Amino acid sequence: VDATAYTYLDHAATTPMRPAAVQAMLPYLSERFANPSGSHRFSREVRKAVDDARETVAQVIGCQPGEVIFTGGGTEADNTALLGADNGALVCPATEHHAVLDVVRRAGGSVVAVDETGHVDLVALAARLDDAASPVSAVSVMAVNNEVGTITDMAAVAAVVARHGRGAMLHTDAVQAACWVDLRDVWAHVDMLSLSAHKFGGPKGVGVLAVRAGSPLRPLIIGGGQERERRSGTHNVPGIVAMASALQETDAERVCETERIGALRDFLVDTIRESLPEVIETVPRARKVAGSAHLCVPGVENESLLFLLDEAGVCASAASACASGAMEPSHVLAAMGVPIDVARGALRLTLGSTTTADDVHVGAHAVIAAVQRLQMRTVPA
Amino acid sequence: MKVLVALSGGVDSSVAAAELLADGHEVVGITMRLWGGSSDTGCCSVADVDDARRVAQQLGIDHVVFNFTDDFHRHVVDPYVAAHQQGVTPNPCIECNRHLKFDRLAERADVLGFDAVATGHHAQIGHFGGRPHVRRGADAAKDQSYVVHMLPERELHRTLFPVGHLTKTDVRARATARGLRTAAKPDSQDVCFITSTGGREQFLGERIPFRAGTVVDGDGRRLGEVPAVELVTLGQRRGIGLPGGGPKRYVIAVDHQAATVTVGDEHDLLRSSISADATTWAHGAPEVGATVMVQTSAHGDARPARLVQIIDDRITLDWQQPQRAVAAGQSVVCYDDGNLFVLGGGIAR
Repeated sequence: VDATAYTYLDHAATTPMRPAAVQAMLPYLSERFANPSGSHRFSREVRKAVDDARETVAQVIGCQPGEVIFTGGGTEADNTALLGADNGALVCPATEHHAVLDVVRRAGGSVVAVDETGHVDLVALAARLDDAASPVSAVSVMAVNNEVGTITDMAAVAAVVARHGRGAMLHTDAVQAACWVDLRDVWAHVDMLSLSAHKFGGPKGVGVLAVRAGSPLRPLIIGGGQERERRSGTHNVPGIVAMASALQETDAERVCETERIGALRDFLVDTIRESLPEVIETVPRARKVAGSAHLCVPGVENESLLFLLDEAGVCASAASACASGAMEPSHVLAAMGVPIDVARGALRLTLGSTTTADDVHVGAHAVIAAVQRLQMRTVPA
Repeated sequence: MKVLVALSGGVDSSVAAAELLADGHEVVGITMRLWGGSSDTGCCSVADVDDARRVAQQLGIDHVVFNFTDDFHRHVVDPYVAAHQQGVTPNPCIECNRHLKFDRLAERADVLGFDAVATGHHAQIGHFGGRPHVRRGADAAKDQSYVVHMLPERELHRTLFPVGHLTKTDVRARATARGLRTAAKPDSQDVCFITSTGGREQFLGERIPFRAGTVVDGDGRRLGEVPAVELVTLGQRRGIGLPGGGPKRYVIAVDHQAATVTVGDEHDLLRSSISADATTWAHGAPEVGATVMVQTSAHGDARPARLVQIIDDRITLDWQQPQRAVAAGQSVVCYDDGNLFVLGGGIAR
């Protein structure tokens, strides 16, 4: 596989590791292999790397190092947060990632409505919290939506939870936020926050759950008592070290990168819409993160569109895929009230730290060519 | 040619893809996701998709999965359930071929710039009277021309059956020779959306109310009761609530309206003619009076019959020798008098 053969516009699925993060993890894959929980000098050296990483991560989130729990990724962080707090009902909006939504559903919790931009409906949330017959233990609202890129007004959500929640905790899946949003501004309003390293230039299989000190949380994974007994299992030292490096770099570059990538995103969408004025921007740009372009192409089936883009070497996506690899109809667009025939033409193009002007130029023209070809060959119903 | 090959995860479609590659075609593999519910046999379980993907990787071809669950429900599952409620026994595999493989998938392939769609069916396309027709597969015991009989003229020109000229033994030998992981995989037998543990009874029971039925003999004498008249099929011998021993008794009529099942001996099942609706022809209907070979089940033998009436898409055929009655909903497929080429087919009424 030669990555340079592709025009990669799927950074929300995963983004390449930052070179510095790769360098940071290498020693821990080879000579610095000791178990950080050991009692000897070699272990203590490695333990320092984990502690340093924890401090770095805490600085970017704006929390205390003791509030950082290293996990095996974003899904584990979400599961830990919700299943560890389910001494009452769980609540989330209908547009959550399956790592939250399916946990809430399986636990018999409540799913509340969103508006047409995908933002949680605060009135509906308040009404659910007011239902005294079913006290809520935790509310989970994602900081940034993975499909359409909508940013949550976390201060407003927190105000509703504080006023109506009778002590309910507020968790946020911030997996899609790290590159675009100052996590300190999110953390200020929540009790728990999930991150996944591979979404911001770290490796896959490692993540963070930040839990505000004093919050009750039962561990999901039980064993050797690592992470102050909140997440057992030998530390993924290379992953943790690389994640901290990537998060620190991402945070340092965030303001500049948001501006640069936002301009590329605007060029991408504007170029497509100039040739294809019928293309719908699913969420207004002012409401979403800079790296996300989500479009609906009426009359086109996104499986066909993705096939042609794939043939052209452009990596894009539509909604989430099921276990077989087939595209599922988007639950996010359905919750937003997007008609099914419009949602069928959904296309997600997401940009990241390695995206260049050339990428968006090639990507835009590949989308235009593919859509025009499908429009030409599709017999109108 | 640029060919889209439907990979089910079974041995036939695996070898079909390999044969196309060996013939120098540009090949892309596609697996259709059809059924979202539980499944243990069919072509859309995750394990089968895994097999399809691994075969594609081994052959070095691209593999994609298309989600056609919406059309599968609309054209196959929902009608299957509704039909049972009306006492009709459809063949869902045929409806899947009609609406999914040789319609939706074929359309998609055309839109995406493919010249042909290939499947692993044991059938062939041959020329008869100068025109392309579905032809029986080379392996008489595995022939699947019956289940692909509905191929419209347009698709006859752009469908490939790369293993149709092989016997099943040949197919497995070629899979083994190429080291394909599906070489020894058992054939799928059953309807993909019905589990072997729950069966048709559980599947339908979760979707429609069952009505108890009275079992009577030809004179209307009450003999017993069945718990679900929706599960009784014409010609059925077991599970009709009658004591063992005595003469063999078959279901010779099912009156769904009155929830009455009539049983009789084998002779009572024989009919001198058969009618079918929704008939389609590869290249127009034969003339009335023509003798054709008629097959009424996937693995039954074809028998000669004379086409005596065509009214729009309804046909009536007189059997040369009386034949067992065919349950409404089953496909009635007409072959040429040499019993090799599919002329057309419809649905028994």
